[in-house]
Amino acid sequence: MFRDLARMGQTLRQAARLMVGQPDYDTYVQHMRLTHPEQTPMSYEEFFRERQDARFGAKSNGKCC
Amino acid sequence: MKRLLPHLGWAALALLGATALAVVALSRGESINALWVVVAAISVYLIGYRYYGLFIAHKVLQVDGTRMTPAWRHNDGLDYVPTNKYVLYGHHFAAIAGAGPLVGPVLAAQMGYLPGMLWILAGVIFAGAVQDFMVLFISTRRDGRSLGDLIKSELGPIPGVVALFGTFMIMVIILAVLALIVVKALTDSPWGTFTVAATIPIAIFMGIYLRFIRPGRIGEISIIGFVLLMAAIVFGGDVAASPTWGPMFNFDGKALTWMLIGYGFVASVLPVWLLLAPRDYLSTFLKIGTIMGLAVGIAFVAPTLKMPALTQFVDGTGPVWAGPLFPFLFITIACGAVSGFHALISSGTTPKLLENETHAPFIGYGGMLMESFVAIMALVAAACVEPGVYFAMNSPAAVLGKTAETAAVAISQWGFVVTPEMLTQVAKDVGENTIISRAGGAPTLAVGMAQILSGAIGGQAMMAFWYHFAILFEALFILTAVDAGTRAGRFMLQDLMGTFVPSMKRTESLLANLLATGLCVSAWGYFLYQGVVDPLGGINTLWPLFGVANQMLAAVALILATVVLVKMKRERYVWVTVVPTVWLLACTLTAGWLKIFSENPKVGFLAHAAKFSNAADRGEVLAPAKSIDQMQRVIFNDYLDAGLCALFIFVLLTVLVYGTRAALRAYRVSHPTAQETAYQPLPASAA
Repeated sequence: MFRDLARMGQTLRQAARLMVGQPDYDTYVQHMRLTHPEQTPMSYEEFFRERQDARFGAKSNGKCC
Repeated sequence: MKRLLPHLGWAALALLGATALAVVALSRGESINALWVVVAAISVYLIGYRYYGLFIAHKVLQVDGTRMTPAWRHNDGLDYVPTNKYVLYGHHFAAIAGAGPLVGPVLAAQMGYLPGMLWILAGVIFAGAVQDFMVLFISTRRDGRSLGDLIKSELGPIPGVVALFGTFMIMVIILAVLALIVVKALTDSPWGTFTVAATIPIAIFMGIYLRFIRPGRIGEISIIGFVLLMAAIVFGGDVAASPTWGPMFNFDGKALTWMLIGYGFVASVLPVWLLLAPRDYLSTFLKIGTIMGLAVGIAFVAPTLKMPALTQFVDGTGPVWAGPLFPFLFITIACGAVSGFHALISSGTTPKLLENETHAPFIGYGGMLMESFVAIMALVAAACVEPGVYFAMNSPAAVLGKTAETAAVAISQWGFVVTPEMLTQVAKDVGENTIISRAGGAPTLAVGMAQILSGAIGGQAMMAFWYHFAILFEALFILTAVDAGTRAGRFMLQDLMGTFVPSMKRTESLLANLLATGLCVSAWGYFLYQGVVDPLGGINTLWPLFGVANQMLAAVALILATVVLVKMKRERYVWVTVVPTVWLLACTLTAGWLKIFSENPKVGFLAHAAKFSNAADRGEVLAPAKSIDQMQRVIFNDYLDAGLCALFIFVLLTVLVYGTRAALRAYRVSHPTAQETAYQPLPASAA
């Protein structure tokens, strides 16, 4: 049961972060390790800034009314 | 029997929903409890999702759980990430929910709660949720491309450009209307103005903290920011009461307008990490938290609806906005029932994060149902307010006069019981000088929310706190939308202008940036100023323009969905999109036509212009104008608004003509012609 609660907390945390445009960092690192082992993944700070700029960048289409 | 068994529970739910709806619809003369509305709504949503949403998913669109989604194909851990369906639901809902579903139902309550409620429920099931879901599906099958791109590739380049231009104009009107709501809520309200102004230094502090002190720690800084915000609300009461500080935060509408325009310009030019992003964190979390809090509050307090089910204003003579029930109710309530803007989200980030096609109905259809529930709660909150108070807050000063006495007299003549003492008492309870003519929906919603939330926590003594909490909650995410919208508008404009002057396309060029931002801000600033000086409150003019534009965009998205259905050779199900398209065409074209050509000067822009130019010819000056010069400006604005309406109609008809042609062409060939990304199976790791 505690494992379920921990998983739920994890899901909620991810949901809250994605709401403000921050996808999961661990997923990103894992993706880089598996598919691009030759590249160094961004550090968390770089990742955070990259995502922040992307959310309000030229390609974003804003939010709703 | 075995096949019927699972449906028994649903039948019971249907019975419960029908009972609740019957109680709501058939009770005449006696007031009913808000919980009936909530129960009816939730039953309708669940049944609608199970029997219509899933029908569209499995029969009409035939979502394919084995098909690769863009999130897998382009997985980069950043823009394209296969995402847990509940996490993505939260993301999608936070992106579509905004001020729209909160304001529209409050304005619509002038006709009573029943028409608005029925439209919110019917609209979402058959139009709004269908649109969001289908656009999400269409975009997912096309590598997560945007609405403009989809129209270009399925309908042709001309309707694509026309739709893009229409979207920019809609954005301008939305920003003007949202900013107007903030101005109306903060005029002569030092408490409200102080708390909203305090969000700027709080956000900048958060931005610096996140950039330099503890980079990327969103959770902890959001909690710190929230505590500071609450402190600003509490402290705001003392500021407003102070004889030295109070007047420093007391502004009239025009002053607030100029501040907002300046703020919008600066905020959208500054680096995003400093102001825009941290404000976005605060407003998003506060928005989601408050929506959940309001739901719990309504369930816990179980308030009684004081507004009648129907008022005499269904005939179109209402003071809050002019025009008869058809078509104007259906454009006044936009976002809670059907909103074209959602098509931009459903073809934006969400399709790039979708893990599996079978999640699309839950996220697209289900997300919109939640948005609709927010609209129902806003309607409940507005209907809990004493009708006399509701009309005092939402009718223009031109009808009510300036004092509680004149307002009470005017409202009593409409048959609603209200005394001047009641009006001053409500103002005192919520810690304001006056509540008269606070049009725009937000203050009314704040009074309703304050009644509900103080019923749950704090009682009468906390009314003023909850009122300013609600005002702050709305102002915060409206301002975020204004900054982010101005930025997005600037990029759109640079893109559009870049077609003619290539150097404008360079988004990193400071000159191009300032020029495009300036143009975008002046565009919405112009309409905002015009709305603020309008004696009929501005909402009267701007909200219908916004509603028409937003619903027209929904019609455009549904036309696209219809064309795609025909191209997929699913003609037998084409009614799923054709029926809401026809309904939206009927509502928006009639409303657009009436806004231009109605002979009633309260409704038609041209009739209003004629009234003013006739008076000007006789040398008379009509309010709000104070000179012949200003009369000319009113006339010019009328023509401008009429022109804008005509432009929206032109955009819609262009897309309709091209859409019909594309659909007919696809109908004549015997094989599917939809331009989907070719089928690839999901990778083994996805299973």
